[in-house]
Amino acid sequence: MPEQLIFGMEVFLNGLMAGVLYALVALGFVLIYKASGIFNYAQGVMALFSALTLVGIMEGQVPFGHLVNAIFGTEIHGFGWHVPAFAAILLTMGVMILLAWCVQRFVFRDLVGQEPIILFMATIGLAYFLEGVGDLMWGSEIKKLDVGLPQGINAVIDETTFEWFGYGFFIDNLDIVATIIAALLVAALVVFAQYTKQGRAMRAVADDHQAALSVGISLSFVWVMVWSVAGFVALVAGIMWGTKSGVQFSLSLIALKALPVLMLGGFTSIPGAIVGGLIIGVGEKLFEFAVGPLVGGATENWFAYVLALVFLVFRPQGLFGEKIIERV
Amino acid sequence: MNQITPDSYVTADGRTIGGTVMEMKNITLRFGGVVAIKDISFDIRQGEIRAIIGPNGAGKSSMLNVISGFYNPQEGDVFYKGQKRPPMRPYQVARLGIARTFQNIALFEGMSVLDNVMTGRLHHMKAGLFSQALWKGRAEREEVENREAVEKIIDFLEIQSIRKTPVGRLPYGLKKRVELARALAAEPSILLLDEPMAGMNVEEKEDMSRFILDVNDEFGTTIALIEHDMGVVMDLSDRVVVMDYGKKIGDGTPDEVRNNQDVIDAYLGVAHD
Repeated sequence: MPEQLIFGMEVFLNGLMAGVLYALVALGFVLIYKASGIFNYAQGVMALFSALTLVGIMEGQVPFGHLVNAIFGTEIHGFGWHVPAFAAILLTMGVMILLAWCVQRFVFRDLVGQEPIILFMATIGLAYFLEGVGDLMWGSEIKKLDVGLPQGINAVIDETTFEWFGYGFFIDNLDIVATIIAALLVAALVVFAQYTKQGRAMRAVADDHQAALSVGISLSFVWVMVWSVAGFVALVAGIMWGTKSGVQFSLSLIALKALPVLMLGGFTSIPGAIVGGLIIGVGEKLFEFAVGPLVGGATENWFAYVLALVFLVFRPQGLFGEKIIERV
Repeated sequence: MNQITPDSYVTADGRTIGGTVMEMKNITLRFGGVVAIKDISFDIRQGEIRAIIGPNGAGKSSMLNVISGFYNPQEGDVFYKGQKRPPMRPYQVARLGIARTFQNIALFEGMSVLDNVMTGRLHHMKAGLFSQALWKGRAEREEVENREAVEKIIDFLEIQSIRKTPVGRLPYGLKKRVELARALAAEPSILLLDEPMAGMNVEEKEDMSRFILDVNDEFGTTIALIEHDMGVVMDLSDRVVVMDYGKKIGDGTPDEVRNNQDVIDAYLGVAHD
């Protein structure tokens, strides 16, 4: 087998894995957009905030420690305990649910029925607010997140591929775990949306507010629920990205990578977010591999956006989005 | 018609109507300086078809919105099953057993007819999230029961052939019928219909009238409806409230109302002094 093809296969596999992580972020956007028509600019910051909180809880950091020390001249830094990863994840989820409730109660309750652009502006405000609160609560230094996920080269794949092709593929264990978790998450979300009472209520609210009210669905309950689920997705994305590249401000920028994924997959489709993520992931890695050397590399920075632009011209609703039909 | 007593009365076609389910007492509703409903009282009794009629802008829809909790009146009380109802959100009223349809149709366009009707039973489902997700125990039993109830209503309203069709693709008349099915699925103690015949042709109106009468007859459902078409209302309803400019100008059987001078004036457009 030609060497280029074998390298290409490895690049393809790595692209798929990267795509799964993009899809995870995009999923959070789709959930909120479907249920409330809000494009949540803060989704990336939610991932950052959840990862910060998780690290903070695990290491027994005192929330707002810096602030307290500055005001009262004290020297507190930590509680001096370590919370096991699983318990810390549960606690962080609790924080994300509380956040969802606050967002609904203090931001969107008074904005019901406003123009989409106003709701969008509110989420921009939310993003900066949350970023600031995250900094104040847990500090702004880069943190290491280790919840016990396996990392490093997968030996089995390396050896098997070496036997087959005489060249061992480098596939990171973390990426494999991320793929499995993402698959489970999507399956759980589909079961939730299709077969449970709360999921049906969510779909109903997404479709028509008045009708939902008339069958006894509480809109604010559903919205808090959707923001909680989006918070959970953000937490999962935060754990994956945080483990991979450390918990730091740039984590919130993964939201920008989700935008082309959404344009490709459509803003309203859960399968679209997955397929879109995979296409972007594979596309940018293969493009970098094939064309990158010819143009001096760094194509990964712009490839996704150009692809999204092409889609906007030829298929504005995305691959799986609802077709836009205006009846006159 | 026999004498109306607190417990019962007998209709023109010989049905015995029970006591009061809902009573509106001195309801006043304002929007800023505009008075939409002015000091109106009336009752709705068990098993009857009660109509609210009146010219455009009389406040009929506002009245229906007060009953279903979409508006809360500034003055007056709503008594439901003998108890004063505190100000409530629409979804809370729906859970009390008051189902409604809308003048402009509010359906879940993206869902199938079956799914739409199933949402009518959401607040009959009590099983926990995990039980539902795993499809075991209570959730499974509930789903089977609810499906049976829904299929019965779908058969009754003769929409079996479109069960799986997305609602967005249906013609207007059928959408109205699906909306009725969804409201019925909740097994309401009062069914509110906001202009069920609006925008329909003669044939569709006849169908809808028949369904309303059949629902009342078969399930004994108490129905309160708003309608423009006088002919339809007079044929359908047991008792009629007539509104004009937010005030009640008549209340009684269709015959009584038809001969009421104020009502005739309101409909024929006598100059107000």
